[in-house]
Amino acid sequence: MLKVFKWLADIIVYNWLKMEEASRWAGALHFFIEDITKIFFLLVIMIYVIGLLRATLNTERIRIFLQGKSRFFGYFLGAGFGAVTPFCSCSSIPLFLGFTQARIPIGITMSFLITSPVINEVAVVLLGGLLGVKFMIIYIGIGILVGVIGGIFIDAIKAERFLMPIAESMRSSETVMPDTENSQPKKMTFKKRHAFAKGELNEILGRVWKWVFIGVGLGAFLHGFVPEEFIVNNLGSGQWWSVPVAVLLGIPLYSNASGMIPIAETLLAKGLPVGTTLAFMMSTVAASFPEFVILKQVMKPKLLVIFFAMLLVMFTFVGLVLNVIPF
Amino acid sequence: MKIQVLGTGCSKCNQLMSRTVNAVNELGLDIEVEKVSDINEIVAFGIMTIPALVVDGKVLVRGNVPKLDDLKELITKG
Repeated sequence: MLKVFKWLADIIVYNWLKMEEASRWAGALHFFIEDITKIFFLLVIMIYVIGLLRATLNTERIRIFLQGKSRFFGYFLGAGFGAVTPFCSCSSIPLFLGFTQARIPIGITMSFLITSPVINEVAVVLLGGLLGVKFMIIYIGIGILVGVIGGIFIDAIKAERFLMPIAESMRSSETVMPDTENSQPKKMTFKKRHAFAKGELNEILGRVWKWVFIGVGLGAFLHGFVPEEFIVNNLGSGQWWSVPVAVLLGIPLYSNASGMIPIAETLLAKGLPVGTTLAFMMSTVAASFPEFVILKQVMKPKLLVIFFAMLLVMFTFVGLVLNVIPF
Repeated sequence: MKIQVLGTGCSKCNQLMSRTVNAVNELGLDIEVEKVSDINEIVAFGIMTIPALVVDGKVLVRGNVPKLDDLKELITKG
């Protein structure tokens, strides 16, 4: 079905504009048209459909659900909920404090916070559409695994020692007040669901469209102008150091998944190893300076450094391992 | 009536604040919309997603910015 977009690009580039098939500009433009149309088509449909399903889900209910769950399942649940819950990074702090107040272990909260930016509907849809289902499943699996291991590690080092006083006071406060009135599953009419889904669509598209353009633009440029040999020779799996370098590069390159995936698509097609590509993607979306600044409000510097170092080590490890597994 | 907007200063929070002020003005109400940006107070409302709109202590909006007309309806009907 998604072939339609290739045909569309064929018609525009080769029939209407009469560009030569082998030229670099034609290749880049073809990539750009095919990807832009495909991505927006997928995004509109999937965000709307997921919005319909998600209209009744809220973080307050998740908190109640996570409260008092056994540790081990807690990490998986935390990461799993992180994957399905939408949340804007400006909510990180109230969410962190809210979970803390409910005496959910900090590691489980971190599982949630690590997985949340890595896995979201936009990322999943684009991965499936552009890179294929296999890649999508690997990505989701790793995103959850990284969240779980990260959470376990944070608890293992007793990270609650390194919380800011405000978070500390939440932990000891007696006033645990889950907002029960608003936490009941609401019955929703289809009209309301539709309104919610439409709102989500507007909000998400409004936020990500520019990333998509930047990402596809860069992807198209790489596609047309950077020779394959360059990537294979310089950044192939033979060069183990390319993985940590890719992860480090990903930090200042703050982007979200929608901009990252078209770039990853080209890099993969040009022969960048799967592990390196994935490590780079995850580091770009999960570890960023804005996140750092936000978390600074509840974490002492020491914990922040540990947290980011932990992410870097995990992404690097994942990259190295995937690079030696044949796909 | 007491209207509060909870938010730490992110763009969506400011959006909700200005839209709420607009809604109040269009409804011809003489109420000052209070901005709550202290994280302790925000968490005390039992919410974890911001921005949020609180009318007379009741959380009516959380984590999103409704349209102007919807906001007006929420403020009048509760």
